[in-house]
Amino acid sequence: MRERVIDVEKNAARFINQDDVHERMHDKNLWAARMKRDKIAETIPEWEELRNLASQIKEHVLTHLDYYLEMFEENAVKNGAIVHWARDAAEHNQIVLSILEDKRITEVIKSKSMLQEECGMTAFLERKGIIVTESDLGERIQQLDGQLPSHIVMPAIQKTTQDVAALFARTIGTDPNDTDPHSLTEAMRNNARPRFLRAGAGMTGANFAIAETGSFVVCTNEGNADIGASVPPLHIASIGIEKILPKTEDLSVFIRLLSRSALGTPATQYTSHFTGPRKGGELHIILTDNGRSKRLALNDFWRSLKCIRCGACMNTCPVYRRSGGLSYQAVYSGPIGIILDPTFDAHKYSELPFHSTLCGSCTEVCPVKIDISNQIYKWREIMAKRKLLPLNRRVLFKMAGGIFARPSLFRTAEVAAAKILPVIPDFIIYNKALNPWGRHRRMPVFSKDTFRDWYLKNRKEKNNE
Amino acid sequence: MRIGLFIPCYIDAIYPEVGIATFELLQKFGLDIDYPTEQTCCGQPMSNEGDNESACRAEELFVKNFSRYDYIVGPAGSCVKQVRVHYDKLDQTDDVKHVRENTYELVEFLHDIMKVESFPGISFPHKVALHNSCSSIRGLGIAKPSEIMGVPFNKSAELLGKVSGLEIVELDRPDECCGFGGTFCVTDEAVSAQMGKDKVMDYVANGAEYVVSPDMSCLMHQEGIARKLGISHLPFIHIAQVLNGGPFKE
Amino acid sequence: MNSTREYILNSISRNMPATKTEYPVIPDFPKNSKDILEEFKENLLLGAGAYYDVKDKEEALKLIKELYPEAKIICSASPDIKGNKDLRKINDPHDLADVDVGIIRAQFGVAETGMVWLTENELILNALGFLSQHLIILLKKDQLVKDMYEAYKKVDIASSHYGCFMLGPSATADIGAVMVRGAQGARTLTVFFM
Repeated sequence: MRERVIDVEKNAARFINQDDVHERMHDKNLWAARMKRDKIAETIPEWEELRNLASQIKEHVLTHLDYYLEMFEENAVKNGAIVHWARDAAEHNQIVLSILEDKRITEVIKSKSMLQEECGMTAFLERKGIIVTESDLGERIQQLDGQLPSHIVMPAIQKTTQDVAALFARTIGTDPNDTDPHSLTEAMRNNARPRFLRAGAGMTGANFAIAETGSFVVCTNEGNADIGASVPPLHIASIGIEKILPKTEDLSVFIRLLSRSALGTPATQYTSHFTGPRKGGELHIILTDNGRSKRLALNDFWRSLKCIRCGACMNTCPVYRRSGGLSYQAVYSGPIGIILDPTFDAHKYSELPFHSTLCGSCTEVCPVKIDISNQIYKWREIMAKRKLLPLNRRVLFKMAGGIFARPSLFRTAEVAAAKILPVIPDFIIYNKALNPWGRHRRMPVFSKDTFRDWYLKNRKEKNNE
Repeated sequence: MRIGLFIPCYIDAIYPEVGIATFELLQKFGLDIDYPTEQTCCGQPMSNEGDNESACRAEELFVKNFSRYDYIVGPAGSCVKQVRVHYDKLDQTDDVKHVRENTYELVEFLHDIMKVESFPGISFPHKVALHNSCSSIRGLGIAKPSEIMGVPFNKSAELLGKVSGLEIVELDRPDECCGFGGTFCVTDEAVSAQMGKDKVMDYVANGAEYVVSPDMSCLMHQEGIARKLGISHLPFIHIAQVLNGGPFKE
Repeated sequence: MNSTREYILNSISRNMPATKTEYPVIPDFPKNSKDILEEFKENLLLGAGAYYDVKDKEEALKLIKELYPEAKIICSASPDIKGNKDLRKINDPHDLADVDVGIIRAQFGVAETGMVWLTENELILNALGFLSQHLIILLKKDQLVKDMYEAYKKVDIASSHYGCFMLGPSATADIGAVMVRGAQGARTLTVFFM
């Protein structure tokens, strides 16, 4: 059975209309991140050149991916890591489960991984009786609330401090009147510490994987990935096959771009490099495809695989900032979500490409120069071709196309609009259901005379004299 | 040099004064201007919806109407972007290629082709908020997008700077999208309206007396929002009206 | 070899774009003219780290007492300063859960970001860098590189199982976008130049 189409417009309207607080705060905080990014990028004279380099390195890897993946695997194995391959989410999750069951591990601590999110790993493991604790604060908040992350690097950014306070009071027993982010963070630190110490395995994702050394890099601000990797005896890292970079030196380009683009800081607090298991530990790497190799074949869309999950496109997107990430009802929200989600399910996410003004800011802000805005446009074409649009939209634009193709019909329509609009009563014009334009806007006044009328009357002859 | 004047459909019907201002302004530079009277729409609304089949019918008509001119000039960034960038679905005949390469948005045309130095006799002693549309900035490159690092430039601001008495006010979010987005403004009305409100409040907070744009479609949306909010004193006008000294709507 | 591996690699080689992109040359970008030590300090402070110029071991011990009067357990991975918990006798990282102050010597610092480079060789047990409530990083003033280009030329990530560029204490802004230090890892990070 096909999944229901996500009505992102309706969800966004609900986010805006719920109160006067959430949308404003969301817009303000993310815009501040975008401004911080601009400010710090300005201090780097070679910024645009770095974006070019990053884009080119990524495209080089993606057009030689089999070669670099094998090189990475070979070196990772040499370092003492155990490398697994997973074709999809189910296989990925099964591998994780087998590793845990093999060692009779019943509790794991994990850091942020969009790939594990994609695989629905936490829910899967929980169904199998394994206790999974998200250790990134934002992810933990979303986990406690049973929600997907609403942003790639700020998972709970759609919540106010009051929301978090209420959630923590309900779930970890904090004082409901305590709305100080410092003491709420402290409460979670104290709640998480024993979980780190109890966990039989630490799970991480990876921001980058280096082919020439078989190493991978994890960037966090909390250091939670490092605790998970350094305390429990077992470390499992899920790595998307597109994460590969050829050389260590490439990191100088990507690390310079990543946190500056994401949060406007020079770097994340921790940039950690793992090369094989630590002394006395065990390291498993799960190289996961989950649709990526298929995406490589899509002429218009393969460049989306360059994405380094910085979230800059979300911060800058004026539509995302007003919508909240949960409105997309997908693992990836915002501009990057619009172009990634349909590769997983084109029907379910058929409305997402229309949730954009095509302003193009995402393309210009992207540190690896993904042509996000163009790809959104291309997805619209695909949705239209596959007839995945609501019928009323399709018919309306067919009709418009017919009118615009015939000058005389167009004139008639213009005259009709000019005559009819002024006499339609306001209650119809400003009725939401009948006219979405009029709910928030006054109607424009159609002129009695068009420009064409003026031209014919005043200029045509003079012009042709 | 024969100029084909491209007056987008909504300007023709709703803002004829913008068409007149554009026509008169271009005439001042001694150009030979013709307005093909059979023109309708550039195809953008359909194309934006992904409906290329319907768009192509309007696009073919556009090419037929305009291929005989040296330059095609239109006072609307997003429509010009449609012609230049998105006429890639048509058979790329010589006519299509000619039209795509030679269609200019008004500001670009004045700045890049005519290299206009002054607007004699034109004064506009007001505080003006400039709204360069997203299509004009990121699609046509008439200003440096704020996301891109490097030396700033802004062709509309440069032209406005040649008008005596005119002062451009600084905005908090100068090139943030206003939320018009073509069909987006009705299919996604809650987000569109919120973006429009924020845009209008930015103008008000920074003391603008007029809002000026090379793209009337954004202004149609913004003006609708402003009036609904009860802000009646803030006129939204096209840059051609300022550079030509009118006409303005009575 | 398992079949999934072949499946994925085959799928990649079948689907890869036919037009190949060359690997670019990463040029030597011009450096800014800031003093390298001042730039390091500035960025360290931005990352919420702190620093002190420390003459010798005695001054260091005195300073630790002043900075962390409540600290009971001090564990050092550096022979330069001794704590009261002997890291060399510990095998299980869980035993570091009670450490109040961890002391580690960094190999070098990066002026551009204010980060210090630590590997498992300096940490002895990696967990010391993350379970400790507070961190003191020992760093020689002449052990600084200008930027990340130099930093990645200098490090050999394959030579140790773990290496970390660390910038200040653990941080989060996940609640109400308010910056809070001490999310999961160290609450403070202080560099002793010695």
